[in-house]
Amino acid sequence: MTTAGIDLGAKFVKVLFLKDDEVLARTQERAGFEPVEAAKRAFAAALSESGLTENDLDAIFATGAGRQVSPFTKDSVTEVGAAARGTIHLYPSVRTVIDVGGEEGRAVKCGETGKVEDFAVNEQCAAGARSFTESIARALEVPLEEFGKLSLKSEKSIPMNAQCAVFAESEVVSPVHAKTPKEDISRAVHDAIASRIISMVRRVGINNEVALVGGVAYNPGFVDALERGMETKVIVPEHPEYVGALGAALTARERSK
Amino acid sequence: MKANYGYMDGSGEYYITIDTDHCNDCTDHPRVGACPVGMFEIIVDDYDDEVAAIKEENRKKVKYDCAPCKPVTGRPPLPCVEACPADAISHSW
Ligand code: SF4
Repeated sequence: MTTAGIDLGAKFVKVLFLKDDEVLARTQERAGFEPVEAAKRAFAAALSESGLTENDLDAIFATGAGRQVSPFTKDSVTEVGAAARGTIHLYPSVRTVIDVGGEEGRAVKCGETGKVEDFAVNEQCAAGARSFTESIARALEVPLEEFGKLSLKSEKSIPMNAQCAVFAESEVVSPVHAKTPKEDISRAVHDAIASRIISMVRRVGINNEVALVGGVAYNPGFVDALERGMETKVIVPEHPEYVGALGAALTARERSK
Repeated sequence: MKANYGYMDGSGEYYITIDTDHCNDCTDHPRVGACPVGMFEIIVDDYDDEVAAIKEENRKKVKYDCAPCKPVTGRPPLPCVEACPADAISHSW
């Protein structure tokens, strides 16, 4: 059976095609102001990458914040359900899934089939690490890709509130004026974001193995802050931003049987 | 399943927890109408169960939306907690 998952996230639309357990295509587009158009482009790219036509797909499921407006799909699965299902497929022993996206975060406790047992969601501004770190990296004139790595050079914890992406730049004014090294500011930012995510994780419990999915998992500074804060290792899959789309494709397969 | 909706900010943790395992046994979902702000809704979850949830537009501001029910002193019982016969709802603050 060949299925597709379309994950309409706040920042990016991701599309994944799955045939049995083989991934045939992974594509993404920036969601921008027209996520439906972005989804159509990502879907077309996935068709061309896989050499399939739309008729070859047995079922297409959507997930993500924009799942209700997703083109091509008849049904959907929540972000919580998709993250859990996709992660358990990749790592059957994981029981706690942390999913941090562009503008939201969630923590999920799940069973061995990927069924959600408990979850916590935080959709407040800057709950997703990406928007916040983008703003601070810009303010410090550091490329975003370097910003996470920079924090690994710091050994000093300085407190930072880091609540609002809109006021993010004002958060770093004082440390910049105090000539705080950029690596210490970077670590403070990642620690502050991680502490809010960890507050959610503690609500569902840190169970057995822990995985981090979502695009923010590429940020080594955030992974490090999370591991220090939770005092546990975190598993990061190879394509963390596609785990939601994978979960949607798997759900499509299961519901079509 | 315990569903936690809310956030942590500089002043504390603000989560509303709904134990949705109880929602299936409940026919009229009385707490949905009990909240003066109308924060609750009934949704069909990924497992085809009808469960209560906090509406998306309220999830980012539960601290402020619940403020009228939570005076600083002499806090009365919360309408949502009182209305749920299964004790399925709790607040972290
Ligand atoms: S405390 Fe009041 S406003 Fe808040 S959810 Fe309960 S009934 Fe609604």
